[in-house]
Amino acid sequence: MNAMNPDIFKKISTAMEGREIKSATGKPIVEVFVIPAVKALSLPVLGMVIFIFFWNVGAKSIDTSLGQFPGPQQTFEQAQSLWQEHLQERTKEEGFYERQEKRNAERLKKDPDYKVRIREYTGKPTFLDQIYTSLITVLSGFLLASLIAIPLGISIGLSKNLYAAINPLIQVFKPISPLAWLPLVTMAVSALYVTDDPFFAKSFVNSMITVMLCSLWPTVINTAVGVSGVSEDLNNVSKVLRLSWLNHVIKIVLPASVPMIFTGLRLSLGIAWMVLIAAEMLAQNPGLGKFVWDEFQNGSSNSLGRIMVAVLTIGFIGFLLDRFMLQLQKFFSWDSNAELR
Amino acid sequence: MSVLLELSKVSMSFSGKDGTFKALEDVSLKVEKGEFVSLIGHSGCGKSTVLNIVAGLYEATEGGVVLDGKEVREPGPERAVVFQNHSLLPWLTAYENVALAVEQVFKGKKSKAEMKEWVEHNLHLVHMEHAMHKRPAAISGGMKQRVGIARALAMEPQVLLMDEPFGALDALTRAHLQDSLMEIQKDLKNTVIMITHDVDEAVLLSDRIVMMTNGPAATIGEIAEVKLERPRNRIQLADDVEYNRYRHQVLSFLYEKQRKVESFEKSSTPSQPKTQTHAATQSSDAEERVA
Repeated sequence: MNAMNPDIFKKISTAMEGREIKSATGKPIVEVFVIPAVKALSLPVLGMVIFIFFWNVGAKSIDTSLGQFPGPQQTFEQAQSLWQEHLQERTKEEGFYERQEKRNAERLKKDPDYKVRIREYTGKPTFLDQIYTSLITVLSGFLLASLIAIPLGISIGLSKNLYAAINPLIQVFKPISPLAWLPLVTMAVSALYVTDDPFFAKSFVNSMITVMLCSLWPTVINTAVGVSGVSEDLNNVSKVLRLSWLNHVIKIVLPASVPMIFTGLRLSLGIAWMVLIAAEMLAQNPGLGKFVWDEFQNGSSNSLGRIMVAVLTIGFIGFLLDRFMLQLQKFFSWDSNAELR
Repeated sequence: MSVLLELSKVSMSFSGKDGTFKALEDVSLKVEKGEFVSLIGHSGCGKSTVLNIVAGLYEATEGGVVLDGKEVREPGPERAVVFQNHSLLPWLTAYENVALAVEQVFKGKKSKAEMKEWVEHNLHLVHMEHAMHKRPAAISGGMKQRVGIARALAMEPQVLLMDEPFGALDALTRAHLQDSLMEIQKDLKNTVIMITHDVDEAVLLSDRIVMMTNGPAATIGEIAEVKLERPRNRIQLADDVEYNRYRHQVLSFLYEKQRKVESFEKSSTPSQPKTQTHAATQSSDAEERVA
């Protein structure tokens, strides 16, 4: 590593020589932009290379009843094949609708009174469809959780009595696994959500509620801490100004606790995404969790590779969700001294 | 001149874990309209407690405060406070901080345009018009305190309460702000109660200096009437005999009559942040000293 870096710099600087490109500060451009960029990139790349190496070695030494444990190679192949399947399914779908449209047009010609019925395409959801379902489910659950958690957190942060009443419940409910909730949620939803034409699938509602139940707590706790930690000075300002209770909450308490609320929301979204996969497996919500479960049950020689693709996808999406929350947090946070990462 | 504010036999006890602690005993003071009164004393003597009682943030255990014929029962904008550590809302700009106060106080009395003008006028008074759309984190400590003063002035208070307003600033900035304050006072003639532990500041700014004895059960020890001509100029006053006589009077009160016996450790950290409006810490501090 150390031996490699100067080498690269030398090559780059020889390439740049005689070209007199300078940055605004007058330093050679190589020193200002190229060296930091190489440094910033080389370490993560190195980490990645080492990881892939060990993954490859490790995978080769595990032989399962479904064939060899998927290494980088197989995983990449399966990722490509999943993408191809997605494209094929989309062409099929387009073909289906085209044919349907043609048929309907012909029937209309013959019989002008014919009522056109559009049939939905019922092909199996592709990997990308399942990612989409998972994202919708997790965001619905997370949104629902936030809508409950933020007001609840504010209330218990403002009132010591309410906090004393609710805190034990929070502490008990917080560590419950989604798998424990799911059977109860399923039965409750079956009993309460009875319609002939359900707008949401039951599996979706089950997963969403399980996600909600598990991702509530970090937001509740962090919001409460943020609210109760509003400095005494700011409370005094509010008192001197004789702000009404509502104004006090809106103009002082809420903005003051925004950084903590977002810390909670970020933790909650992380948990929501983690819980979702387990919930989808059991609830059979057609998302990534179900994909993993179906592939496992399917047990073809490709299954493990496809599961590995799903595993990496889950990780990557989780990372993107966290980055997204971080950007939101940065946007809303007034505390420029806090280093967010 | 008429008496605007009267403290009569104010006593204050805090109950802590080691029983009750009497912070103030029998504090009586009359403040006339337009008068600038300083409260001076050693740290922990209960100056801040007096101010907080006048502000309505604390309720006196005995006695009470009457402002313009009405008893003080709760905080309110007619007794605006300039806090020691500015207490600006960090997510609002200087302008918005003042505007929050103006909107609250003049709701229904001023139009939108009038309010805007009033906010800008007050920021102009403290020479902050150039940075009025910056947030507190982007301006210096002295500037934050200026905005804090602007916010308090904008409430058009009957009494302006200042809790060591310049205590956390460096000497040059402090002098600068003192001059600004005198300039503003010349036109507005507000009634002011200011807490300070800076003798020069007290003599320079005040009409009267109220010197407080050490706690527990602190009370008013002496009152000095400062009859120096206004406008006052710090450089001219430096050699002024009268000025130095007042200085001497306050100094001898603080360092001879009310000399504070403290352990070396404690006195070696004079600039430790003051525990403002925090009853429990304040009283336990004082108890330590008694012990």
